[in-house]
Amino acid sequence: MTEVLLRVENLHVSVGDTPIIQGISLEINRGEIHAVMGRNGAGKSTLANVIMGHPAYQITSGAIHYKGENIEDMEVFERARAGVFLSFQYPAAIPGVQVGTFLRKSVASVRGQAPSPRAFRKELNEAMKQLDMDKSFLSRYVNEGFSGGEKKRLEILQMLLLQPHLALLDETDSGLDIDALRIVAEGINAVAKDTGCLIITHYQRLLDLVKPDVVHVLIDGKIVESGGPELALKLEKEGYDWLDALA
Amino acid sequence: MTQEAQNAVGDYKYGFHDPESATIRFDKGLSEEVVRDISELKGEPEWMTDIRVKAYHHFMEREMPTWGNCDSLAGIDFDNVTYFLRSSDKTEKDWDDVPDDIKRTFDRLGIPEAEQKWLGGVTAQYESEAVYHSIREDLEEQGVLFLDMDSGLKEHPEIVKKYFGSVIPHTDNKFSALNTAVWSGGSFIYVPKGVHVEMPVQAYFRINAKNMGQFERTLIIADEGSSIHYVEGCTAPTYSTDSLHSAVVELIAMEGAKIRYSTVQNWSANVYNLVTKRGVAHKNATVEWVDGNIGSKLTMKYPAVLLKGEGAHAEVISVAYAGEGQHQDAGAKVHHLAPNTTSSILSKSISKNGGRSSYRGMLQVTPKAAGCRSKVICDALMLDEDSRSDTYPTMEIGNSTADLEHEASVSKVSGDQLFYLMSRGHTEEEAMGMIVNGFFEPFTRELPMEYAVELNRLLELEMEGSIG
Repeated sequence: MTEVLLRVENLHVSVGDTPIIQGISLEINRGEIHAVMGRNGAGKSTLANVIMGHPAYQITSGAIHYKGENIEDMEVFERARAGVFLSFQYPAAIPGVQVGTFLRKSVASVRGQAPSPRAFRKELNEAMKQLDMDKSFLSRYVNEGFSGGEKKRLEILQMLLLQPHLALLDETDSGLDIDALRIVAEGINAVAKDTGCLIITHYQRLLDLVKPDVVHVLIDGKIVESGGPELALKLEKEGYDWLDALA
Repeated sequence: MTQEAQNAVGDYKYGFHDPESATIRFDKGLSEEVVRDISELKGEPEWMTDIRVKAYHHFMEREMPTWGNCDSLAGIDFDNVTYFLRSSDKTEKDWDDVPDDIKRTFDRLGIPEAEQKWLGGVTAQYESEAVYHSIREDLEEQGVLFLDMDSGLKEHPEIVKKYFGSVIPHTDNKFSALNTAVWSGGSFIYVPKGVHVEMPVQAYFRINAKNMGQFERTLIIADEGSSIHYVEGCTAPTYSTDSLHSAVVELIAMEGAKIRYSTVQNWSANVYNLVTKRGVAHKNATVEWVDGNIGSKLTMKYPAVLLKGEGAHAEVISVAYAGEGQHQDAGAKVHHLAPNTTSSILSKSISKNGGRSSYRGMLQVTPKAAGCRSKVICDALMLDEDSRSDTYPTMEIGNSTADLEHEASVSKVSGDQLFYLMSRGHTEEEAMGMIVNGFFEPFTRELPMEYAVELNRLLELEMEGSIG
């Protein structure tokens, strides 16, 4: 049984008067991993942010359907509670808020009820072990003074705990060394079976570890080419120039 | 509760009140006769009556402050304040003996469960005199005196006479004069040499009656090498006419002693909160003020430390939260009067819905104070465009060997922070609450856990429904 989680229909998105996404359509089923590749400024992060509901982006035409419903009027927190998750390229620091408190509150918000302290501690310990994170993380302030790799690990830890149905991963692989990349990839693979994943990346190296079902190439706010994993390999070898003619 | 009162209460959490059950209540307004009557009723020694009368005359002659918020101060109608009200005839030692309606109020504030769980002793001040007082037996055995101020004067007049007004004389300012004239209640603490009071002791202050001024007077003396942490929490119900709270707190830390005084005040939005707090730190002693100001119409409060002995240390950590129609004019004063003294001031303020918060600070280094160090940090967070934040730092540096640091910042909640938190399932109000609690965290972590939880809850309530 395939379940369509996300259907993006001829989507056009602007920031102020500047059009960024200019007609994107794609469909992600539960259990599928889609990779979106492309040069800087092609509109990849905008796509992830607009699906999450970032207020700076306006949908000028087209639609985003999540689980069969148009989500344009849903608030950001409602999308999160409905199972949409965004792993941020640049997660914001929240000074004075401890990671442990933040995780507990977020899990309670998304699930609609606070987990029992004991069950939550167990869940948290397992997830942190899986990501090779030290317990001292929990008493630090959210993303404050974190290295790039620490920020990305915290994003993936949140993904494991929040158990989204649709995960949007915005350059989660950037700034990671090889060991961290492997750990993060294992984290993604652990949720990918029951989740639809949209992975934004510049590099093949993540896709060696997380096998995409579909690869899309974005140029100037449009998908110019879609294909299987072999497309990513070709981009790695030949770059984007051969696609410019299609844009 | 009348409809008028109900309307005024709004969503103020502690805005309930019990029917007044005063057994003695003075007519409104102040005169020498009222001052003498208060003193006589309490059966005070003549020297205290004399101080009160002197202070009364000074109060009458003294001009209002010409700084802070003059327009707001001009709104105080001194003739419309009740200066003394006694709600229970005697101070109870057993909680069971406290009258039911008064007990109900304290139950809703979480006393005395708080005492059982966390605290070494409780003086619950209801209106002007303590109705309930207790102290852990082991403290008593160590010779620690913890009484309400009236009992302190009765039982230990020699100590009170020696120190009362020694740090804050009645001539200090108009409101210290007023307090000295009509003071009632407050805490009296003496910690003997070398005694360390391990658990914090606390007092709760609460204004219940309409137009009731509250003028508590607190005196804490920590003798050589001793230490104590005193916690004061304040909540008052809301009324549609103004209430006046004007306390005086004097701390004396003898050689090598340490006093920490923590306050979380949550006055309702019609209270004038005009408080004078000052401590003196002798050689190698430490005085710490941990001061949280939530609510009130106008707060003017600048906890101060006189670093009188070599090697003394002052620490002031304060937060202020100004909502609609509120002005928090708060800060700190540190006077380095001796060599090698150190001080640290951290002030954090939040303004929202047109609220105004001001940091007013004074740092003085006298020529004698060689080799002293001081660090001042002021951070302001504004939650919307209508709110206001000002900084008025004053520095008088008379010694070139001083090592001084001053940092100030004003920030706004960023859209990135809100989006990030909302993407984790939090509403905008919840996200704002988390950011605000995080901003105050360096203060909150200094409080006993129960107060920290209470403060966080209050701030979250303040954020609810506040996003336009």
